[in-house]
Amino acid sequence: MLAGGGLAVPARVSRAGSGPRGTGDLGIVIERATGSVLVVETTGRTVLGRIEGLGDLSHASAVFSRDERYAYVFGRDGGLTRLDLLEMRIDRRIVQAGNSIGGAISDDGRLVAASNYDPGGVKVFDADTLVEVAAIPAIGAQGRASKTVGLVDVTGRRFVYTLYDAGEIWIADFSRGATPVLTKFPDAGALPYDANVTGDGRHYLAGLFGEDGITYLDLWDDAPKLRRVFQGYNAGRDKLPVYKMPHFEGWGQSGSDLVLPAAGQNEVLLLDLSTLKEKARIAVHGQPVFCVARPDGREVWINFAHPANDTIQILDVPKAKIVHTFQPGPAVLHLEFTPRGHEVWISVRDADRVDIMDVRTRAKVGEIAARKPSGILFTARAHRLGS
Amino acid sequence: MQALPTRWRTSSRWWLSAAAAVALAGSAWAGENAVDAAKLTALVLQDCGSCHGMTLKGGLGKPLTAEQLEHWDSEQIAHIILEGVPGTPMPPWKPLLSEAEARWIADHLKKGTLR
Repeated sequence: MLAGGGLAVPARVSRAGSGPRGTGDLGIVIERATGSVLVVETTGRTVLGRIEGLGDLSHASAVFSRDERYAYVFGRDGGLTRLDLLEMRIDRRIVQAGNSIGGAISDDGRLVAASNYDPGGVKVFDADTLVEVAAIPAIGAQGRASKTVGLVDVTGRRFVYTLYDAGEIWIADFSRGATPVLTKFPDAGALPYDANVTGDGRHYLAGLFGEDGITYLDLWDDAPKLRRVFQGYNAGRDKLPVYKMPHFEGWGQSGSDLVLPAAGQNEVLLLDLSTLKEKARIAVHGQPVFCVARPDGREVWINFAHPANDTIQILDVPKAKIVHTFQPGPAVLHLEFTPRGHEVWISVRDADRVDIMDVRTRAKVGEIAARKPSGILFTARAHRLGS
Repeated sequence: MQALPTRWRTSSRWWLSAAAAVALAGSAWAGENAVDAAKLTALVLQDCGSCHGMTLKGGLGKPLTAEQLEHWDSEQIAHIILEGVPGTPMPPWKPLLSEAEARWIADHLKKGTLR
């Protein structure tokens, strides 16, 4: 057992022997209160070091370079920091906006895009130099400047994202160079708060806060058209107050089934992607935040909003049934599976701890100390579309 | 802003929850001295912070800095905390917070002393 908060962390990689090492088992843990990240490795389940000076990480996410050496961390304060995971240092850092929510990296690894709240819109940078390549304001058809959410990469140097205030979905196509060709889908619904794409780059869905439903776009369609799924799923019942927005990142896809967090209900939604019909609504412990698929898709592990955020539930997707419930500790903010899903790392913010569990036995096999940990992101994301 | 969805309006169920929360809070009605300052500070920074930013400079929700709140009085802010803002993601906190707690948070947001 490690003492919380008192962990001595070397400034640089302290690997036995200083020979070359791979990066496929590396990852980062965001320490949201101190603007720092831990660089971790999942083979020996250890902390390799702490990197400080990343600004306000109270909301943060990251993507990885194709060689899995660099992490691009998007901070709340508009900071975009390129971390060198081998040298254990900040390689480059810019403050590209006043307030940012996340980002994506193009399929060729050349462009990093950031999704911004203030001043809104999306900015795109050269992945090596962080020099700005394009700034795309998000002014909707009604002339309304928008925060952007749900920014993902898809094939062909394209980014897809959603305009929160304007209620639109846009595709920015950089396949012809630095000037994007924009395709806009207005009338995507009221207050889309998050969106994501499936791992095949096909199904893009945006959760709506201002109306009852989820917007759907088939990106494989030659002429994609907006559709609504789960329309009216709150009909006839009260919508509960939402104390933390559901997140679509990491959502659970299992074959043609997609598991999504409901907004304002203690349930998760099961969508059949082959028919776009609702398959099930499954009652859960609280309001879901993340519905994270085990990499093989068989299970989805779910965490919850305040005040039910001490718990994780495991959904068996084929059975459409909760099969296990446990309490890792106070304020479970995020979880990440190892690349093939043998273990899972769980951040327990208010215990200043990350728990590591064996996925098959569901036994805890380790832990690391971290200061107010939130996002856990492993380098295997480098090779997945949309993440 | 779109029409306010009726489901956002307070239902009797929430009034009951609110009453239960108040009953549990018990002496919170006694005023300032009864609130748990450390707990409320953590709640504002960590949980309000998930939308308003942990430094309260904003996110999906508006900034809650003292400067930003200059033109609002504590009573109005406490009312928003308890009742939420219909048609936006700002939820009513009265199922979880007493009036005294909301007022304490409002006062400290105004003073900019939560950090």
